[in-house]
Amino acid sequence: MTSLRILVPIKRVIDYAIKPRVNATKTAVMTSGVKMSMNPFDELSIEESVRLRERNGDAVQDILAFSAGPAKAADTLRTAMAMGADRALLVELDEKRPEEIDLEPLAVAKLLREVVRQEGCNMVICGKQSIDDDSGQTGQMLAGLLGWGQATQAAKVEVQGSEVVVTKEVDGGEEVVRVKLPAVVTTDLRLNEPWGFPISCQRRYATLPNIMKAKKKPMEKKTLADFNVEFRKRLETVEVVEPPPRQGGGKVDSVDGLISRLKELGAI
Amino acid sequence: MCICVALARASVLQPFRQSARSAVSSRLFLLSPRPLSTLAILEHREGRISAQSFPVVTAASKFGGPITVLLAGSGSKEVSTQAAKLNGVEKVIYASNNAYDKGLPENFAPLLVENIKKGNFTHVVGAHSAFGKNILPRASALLDVQQISDCIEIKDENTFVRPIYAGNAIATVRSTDTIKIVTIRGTAFSPAEETSSSATVEEAPVDPDAECTTAWVSENLTRSERPDLGTAPKVVSGGRGLKDKENFDRLMPPLADALGAAIGASRAAVDAGFADNSLQIGQTGKVVAPQLYLAAGISGAIQHLAGMKDSKVIAAINKDPDAPIFQVADVGLVADLFQAIPELTEKLNTGNK
Repeated sequence: MTSLRILVPIKRVIDYAIKPRVNATKTAVMTSGVKMSMNPFDELSIEESVRLRERNGDAVQDILAFSAGPAKAADTLRTAMAMGADRALLVELDEKRPEEIDLEPLAVAKLLREVVRQEGCNMVICGKQSIDDDSGQTGQMLAGLLGWGQATQAAKVEVQGSEVVVTKEVDGGEEVVRVKLPAVVTTDLRLNEPWGFPISCQRRYATLPNIMKAKKKPMEKKTLADFNVEFRKRLETVEVVEPPPRQGGGKVDSVDGLISRLKELGAI
Repeated sequence: MCICVALARASVLQPFRQSARSAVSSRLFLLSPRPLSTLAILEHREGRISAQSFPVVTAASKFGGPITVLLAGSGSKEVSTQAAKLNGVEKVIYASNNAYDKGLPENFAPLLVENIKKGNFTHVVGAHSAFGKNILPRASALLDVQQISDCIEIKDENTFVRPIYAGNAIATVRSTDTIKIVTIRGTAFSPAEETSSSATVEEAPVDPDAECTTAWVSENLTRSERPDLGTAPKVVSGGRGLKDKENFDRLMPPLADALGAAIGASRAAVDAGFADNSLQIGQTGKVVAPQLYLAAGISGAIQHLAGMKDSKVIAAINKDPDAPIFQVADVGLVADLFQAIPELTEKLNTGNK
């Protein structure tokens, strides 16, 4: 079996349970003072890398967690290491420079291509989308830039020799593809349960020994200047607004009431 | 030390360089505007254009330039005649090569890239479907373009509206790329209709037939006589409140049939194994906007609302009067769904007779 050097890109985002608010100037969503967490799809990526190691043993040589973000993204990378990543690389962004705020997927993909080359990775496992920007592009862009095969929205990942067999979520069901390594895989929700199952019985990464161990694992820090990549923004944000609020229409007290109200509304 | 200084200077100069560059490019644009022309990527299956592709043609028409449609794979030549009748389409190009049958991005993206370059298209539109999400970002990277995903409105040739943060914010963005690559949310644009006129049909000018390192193995699609979830005019959706798969399978299909609706599910219901993942509605599943959305036993988490809050009429049945779903529902019934759903199903069936 091909030995694997896995890169897991991670994004620090507003926690999925928080309702985001648009700022007063309508230029962005407010992030200061808001609870931030690892993008949920990225948790799946880390967990899957760790499970690949558990299933395939020594074949997984290295699990590198990567993030490009503010200094605090270091916390997110520590979590990734507590979950089982071997080491971490943080590209610390300068939030005072407009071109470094919210890197666009194309820029992130270009950055990741350099990381893959420098670190000699042959597999990238990343989330299918980040829950802030919801673009769902980075993995596919990276695969294109590297000329690697890709398997998106993975529900099952199996390494067989020099190939990876992936069951993908597609519209209307699932599809199985066989991708030659090196490859990019993007994770979908059904892939695994980083939170343990049932939820109460096991939390792989939250155990104290794991957190202590993660503190000793190496984390390298770099800046964008360490990479020869063009980070010009291609999209200008004109405005960010909250969607028009929907007003609840009140309650009825019986099935008959429900049917007659739906008829009034022309829905049935 | 020298490197540091050079870097610092580069970064200081960068904004000026950028503004200079954009001034030059906008002036060039005024002098010799590149004629607008749009390529619409359509999907087809079993000899028919897929439902999610019809809104793509409508979105493409928003740019105002001529629309070319691209179809690929075996049978694409035959499907071209259907595409040629769609309102606003000027030309259909097809790549009748069975290498494209399974929509594998490793060879499909190069096909797109070469035809976009050859056709000198300024705009490229595809659906934000599993196919579009898989292939278009790869093509965008190969063309060095920042794609705009899941667009819900096209304001002008450069300006796009798209939901972010699970639909909790709506961003308007202006693209500075020379080619605009956009995936659209199907429910935000009306499906293009067939007209009596017919566009020209030609073989695609380029077929790079790139080597594909990925092999398609198999697929397992949920077959259903019910309307397609993504485009159904009515959707009934079940959540954790149904308690188990037996209840889901016992209560939801008869209700869906009584309404002529598609069946959906919340993420909680999918995670608990009540329903197949392809039925999941929400930020991480499908986005629907039917005439009627009936949520049964769904609390209404942010993640779920992202997938259905643009529905015309939302109805909710939930035994918890404080469930957040009632804040968005046009009509809510606080009741035990194990009694309410069978009663509703029966009364709808009686009423339909």
